[in-house]
Amino acid sequence: MDKSLQVILQTFEGKKEEIIPILQNVQDAYSYIPERSMTDIALFTGVPESQVYGVATFYAQFRFTPRGKKHCMVCRGTACHVNGAPRILEEMEEALGIKQGETSEDLEYSLETVACIGACSLAPAIMVNDTVEAKLDPKKVRKLFGRVVANE
Amino acid sequence: MTKEYNLTIDGQKIIAQEGTSILDAALENDIFIPHLCHHPDLKPEGACRLCGVEIDGGRMVMSCLSTVGEGIDVKTDSSEIRQARTIAMELLIADHHMDCLACAAANDCALLDISAYLGIQPDRLERLRPSDKGLPIDESNPFFQFDPNKCVVCGICVRTCNEIVGLGALGFINRGFKTVIGTFGNKPFTESICESCGECVVRCPVGALAPKTPKFAAREVQTTCVYCGVGCGIYLGVAGDKIVNVRADRERPTNEGSLCVKGRYGFNFINHPDRLTKPLIKKDGEFVEAEWDEALELIASKFVQSKGDKFAALASAKCTNEENYLIQKFTRAVMETNTVDHCARL
Amino acid sequence: MNDLIAYQQEAASVWEELNSNDMPLITVGNATCGRSAGSIDVVEAIQAETAEIGIDCNVIEVGCIGLCYLEPIVSIQKQGQPMVVFGNVTLKQVKKLVADYLVNDQIPPKLVIGTIGEEKIGDVPKLFELPVLKPQVRRALKRCGFIDPTSLEHYLANSGYSGLTRAFDVGPERIVEEVKLAGLRGRGGAGFPAWRKWTFCREAESDQKYLICNADEGDPGAFMNRSLIEGDPHALIEGMIITGYALGASVGYIYCRAEYPLALERLRLAIQQAEENGLLGVNILGSSFDFKIKIKEGAGAFVCGEETALIQSIEGERGMPTPRPPFPAVSGLWGKPTIINNVESLACVGLIMQNGAEWFAEYGTEKSKGTKTIALVGKVVNSGLVEVPMGISLRELIFDIGGGVPDGKKFKAVQTGGPSGGCVPEELLDIPVDYDSLNEVGTIMGSGGVVVMDESTCMVDFARYFLDFAEKESCGKCVPCRLGTKQMLTILEDIVEGRGKPEDIDLLEELGEAVMAGSLCGLGQTAPNPVLTTLRYFRDEYEAHIYEGKCPAKQCKEFITYHILDSCIGCGLCLRNCSSNAIIGEPKKLHWIEQELCHKCGVCYEVCPPKFFSVEIRTGELKEEPA
Repeated sequence: MDKSLQVILQTFEGKKEEIIPILQNVQDAYSYIPERSMTDIALFTGVPESQVYGVATFYAQFRFTPRGKKHCMVCRGTACHVNGAPRILEEMEEALGIKQGETSEDLEYSLETVACIGACSLAPAIMVNDTVEAKLDPKKVRKLFGRVVANE
Repeated sequence: MTKEYNLTIDGQKIIAQEGTSILDAALENDIFIPHLCHHPDLKPEGACRLCGVEIDGGRMVMSCLSTVGEGIDVKTDSSEIRQARTIAMELLIADHHMDCLACAAANDCALLDISAYLGIQPDRLERLRPSDKGLPIDESNPFFQFDPNKCVVCGICVRTCNEIVGLGALGFINRGFKTVIGTFGNKPFTESICESCGECVVRCPVGALAPKTPKFAAREVQTTCVYCGVGCGIYLGVAGDKIVNVRADRERPTNEGSLCVKGRYGFNFINHPDRLTKPLIKKDGEFVEAEWDEALELIASKFVQSKGDKFAALASAKCTNEENYLIQKFTRAVMETNTVDHCARL
Repeated sequence: MNDLIAYQQEAASVWEELNSNDMPLITVGNATCGRSAGSIDVVEAIQAETAEIGIDCNVIEVGCIGLCYLEPIVSIQKQGQPMVVFGNVTLKQVKKLVADYLVNDQIPPKLVIGTIGEEKIGDVPKLFELPVLKPQVRRALKRCGFIDPTSLEHYLANSGYSGLTRAFDVGPERIVEEVKLAGLRGRGGAGFPAWRKWTFCREAESDQKYLICNADEGDPGAFMNRSLIEGDPHALIEGMIITGYALGASVGYIYCRAEYPLALERLRLAIQQAEENGLLGVNILGSSFDFKIKIKEGAGAFVCGEETALIQSIEGERGMPTPRPPFPAVSGLWGKPTIINNVESLACVGLIMQNGAEWFAEYGTEKSKGTKTIALVGKVVNSGLVEVPMGISLRELIFDIGGGVPDGKKFKAVQTGGPSGGCVPEELLDIPVDYDSLNEVGTIMGSGGVVVMDESTCMVDFARYFLDFAEKESCGKCVPCRLGTKQMLTILEDIVEGRGKPEDIDLLEELGEAVMAGSLCGLGQTAPNPVLTTLRYFRDEYEAHIYEGKCPAKQCKEFITYHILDSCIGCGLCLRNCSSNAIIGEPKKLHWIEQELCHKCGVCYEVCPPKFFSVEIRTGELKEEPA
C-alpha cells in the first residue's frame, strides 16, 4: 500500500461510515482518487470495492484524474448563471484550450463547473484553487487567463 | 404462528400472511401489478414507481413497499394510476434500446409485459426524445453479456449480488441520468471479482444482462446437477437432441433457484467431442475402446485380487451422497479396508 | 452552571472594555464574501498601516453584516463616537481611510455607508436607517458582523448560552411547548412545524437518538446558513444542545458542505471551545445531560439535503433517498430515532429559549412566525444576506431592501426557494413572503434563496438551467426523476436551440406533473416547479421560441443576430476582438457583421464603447444585407 494512504488510514477505524471522509482525505493528498486507493479502502472498511466506487462516483466532489496546478472551478449557481456564468465558462474554455472536466496536457490547468460556491453577491465568480475571482466579465477572464493563449 | 390477514384486491378476497407486501400478495394470487424493480427474493426498493395502488379508495402507495393489513381494500388500477404508470413506462421506453427481435430477453421482458398491459401508444412515444446512449456492450464474459443501453437501472442485479450471492461484484456508478450498473472501475466483467454465477442474469427483468445461450428450448427435463454433492435441482433445456440451457429449480430445497457458474453454464461437456462415452482399457500401452461388460469384468477380477491394504478408494464430489455412501460401504465391507477418501472439490 | 454565569460576567466586562476603551476598535468583515473581495489583505494592511503610524487599536475580524455588495466592509469605532461603517474598502483605500478618519477625523464620503449608535456624525446616515436595512429585522443574524466569531467570550457577552441555561431550568417538555408557542416552522424547505417532528422523536422509545443539523446548503444562489455559521457559530451550537436536550439525543451531527471551508473551520473551533468550557460533553453545566457534536463533511450532492439521503450519506453510502415510512423521526440514522433540522431552525431554537416564545412570534404572519434570513441575489442592486419579518411583500424585499434592478433594466421575475421553487412574475409581487402564500402561487420558501431576474433573462433558458441542475443532482434511483428530468431538460434544450415543437409545451406540463406526482423524494417532487411556474406565468416566451423563432430576452443564441448600427464610427475595436473574423470594415468607416461567420459570442456588443452604442442584438431576424 502507498505510504501516504497508509498514513491516512491510520487515522480511521475502518468503519463503513468513514468511507466518505477517507475519500476526502485521499483526494486532499493526491488531488484525485487513484483507483488503487479504492481497493485498499474497500479492504480497510470491509465493504465491496464496487460499493466504494459507487460512493466515490456518486458525489461531485471526487475526481478520478489528477488536477491541474491551477484548478479552476466555474460556479454554476443561480446568481452566477443570471449574471453571465455561461459566457465566463465559454471564455475560460477558449482561453485555457480545455473543456470543462478536463486537465490540460501539461497539468497546468484543470477546469470544472461546481455547484454554488456561495459568492452569489459577487457573481459571476470562479475559484482558482482557494482564491475566489469575483464579479467577472469576459474581459476580466481574458486578462486573467489571456497569457495562456499568448504562450501557445 | 404468523398472523394471516383478509384483504380485498380488485374485489377479490384473498388471505395473506403478515409482513407480505401487497405486490407479493397480489402476484401470489395471480393478480398482475406492473413492477420492474421488485423481485420476490430481494428486499423491496420502491424505485420504478410502477406498482402504485390505491388503498381504501384514496391513498396511493407503492405496493412493493406496503404490507398487507386486515380488511384493506386495494385497487390496482384507476385512471390516475394508469396515467402515472403510462408516463413512467413511456420514459423507460424512450430511454431503452429497443431491438426486441434481436434481444436475448425475447418475450421474457417486463417492459414488453407492462407495455402490453398498459397499451402504450406509439404516437405518444413519438413526442419524446429517445436517449440514444450508445454505451459499449460488455461481451467479455463467456456466458452472458451486459448491454447498458437496455438497462432500466432497477438495481435487481446489484441487490442480487449483495443479498443473495454475498459477493458485491456489481454496484451503481455515477448518479442521476448517468447512473449505470457496473463492476469496480466500470471494467469488463471478466476483469472484476464476478464469479459468473449468473444469478443477476436470471433476475434481470429486461435484456440488459442476457445469457449467451438460447433462452428457449423445445422441452425441459427436470434433473439434479451432476457437479457436486449439493444436488441442486435443475431443468435442462433441450432442443433436438442437444442440451441448450439450464434453469434452476426454485422448488428444490437444496438450492431454491440458485446455481453456481458450473451448474448454470457448464453443460457444454455433455455434447463435447472429447467426452468419453465408452470405457477405455489399456492394451499394450494404448487405450482401446471397450464395452461396459468387458470393463466391469476386468475391474471385478482386479478387485478380487486387491482386498485389504492394497486397496484404496477415492470417491468424487460429483457423486451424490447416496453414491458416496455406497462407495464407503463397499470399500469397508467388501474390500475390507478403511482407506477411503474423496475429492471434496472439483 | 455557576461557572458559566461567572464566565458570562467576565465576558461581558471584556466586551465592555473592547467597546469603551480609548483604543479605536476596527472590525473587518472577513466571511467568505468579504474574503472574495480581498478582506484578508485589508486586515493585514490596516494592521501594518496603523503600526507604522503608531496608533494602537483593536482590529477584529467579524462575520458578514449582509451588505455583500459593499465588501470589503471596515467599521471603526473611536472612543465616545458612534461606529462608522465603510464599504468597498479595497487595499488601495486602506491608507486613505486610516489617514482620513483614524488620524484626521475626516470621514471619506465615497467610502462611508453609515453609523451605528445613538449619536449622529454630521450628515452621515445611520446604518440601520438606510433603505436596505430599515425594513429588516435582524434576529438570527443579530451578532453576525458584530462579534468575533472565533471568540466564545464575544458570544457570551451578547446573551450567548443564556438560552441553554434557561432550557436546563425549564426542562425538555417546556422547551417543546415554547417552540410550539413560538410557531417555529422548519427553515430548510417545506416549513414543517418543528415541535411536531420533535414530538414523534420524543415519543419513539430507543436507547439512542440523534440530532442532525443539515448545513449542506446546496441550493445554487443561497448562502444564509454559511453566513450564519461563519459569523456566529455558537448560535448553532447552542441551538443544537438545547434541541438535543429536548429530544433526549446524546449525539448531534453537523452535515456541512465541504465547499464551505471557513464555516467548517469556525464550527470546529466553536465545538472545541464549547467542549473546553463544559458546554459539550458529559453532565453539561451539571444538568446530567450528555451531548457531543460531530462534523460530517458533505461531498457535493444536492439530494443530500433530503433527510433520508442525508442519513445514507452519513452512514457512508451513496446519498440515495429511502422510502418513507419509516420516517427518520422514528427510524433514522442507524435505525434510531433521528431529527434533522436546518441551521437556521436550530439557531431560532436558541433565540426562542433566550428571549421567549412571545418575543419570537412578535413578527410574522398567523401561520409563519418570526423572521427569515434570505439570500437576495441576481439582477438586484443590493445583493446580499437579509433578514426580514415573515409576511413582508416580495416587492418590499426586492425594491426597498434590494434597491431594485440595476442598469435601468426592467424587472421580470423572481425565483424563490432555489431549484425546488418557482418563478413569480411582477403582478404577484405584493404577495407576502410566508410559507403558505408562496405555495399558493406555485413556489416555495425553501431555505430562503431569492434570485431576481430582469428583462434580459430568458425564462425558457432559466427553466432549462434549473432542470439541468435537477437532472445532474437527481440521485438516479426512481424512474420519474431520473428519466423525467432528463426528458424535460432535453425538450427545453431543443426549445432554446430552435428545435422546439408545438406539442412540447403540453408535453412539458404533462411530464412535469408526472415527475411531481411520481417521484420518490422531495427533489423529484419539486424539480419541475421552475418549468411549471415559467409555463404558467411566461408561456408567451415559450411560444415565441417555438412558433416565432424569437427569444424575447435576446439571450438564446439560435434566435439572435448581432448588427452594427449606422452610429458606428469604425473604431475597429469590435473587429480586433472578434475571434471568428466575422466583422468587416475599414478604419473610420461603417463596419458590418458577416452573419454566416458570426458565432454570436457577443464580444462586439461588450466592447463597443457605450458612447457609440453601435452594436444591437435583434431576435427573429436571421439574415442581414451588408450595409
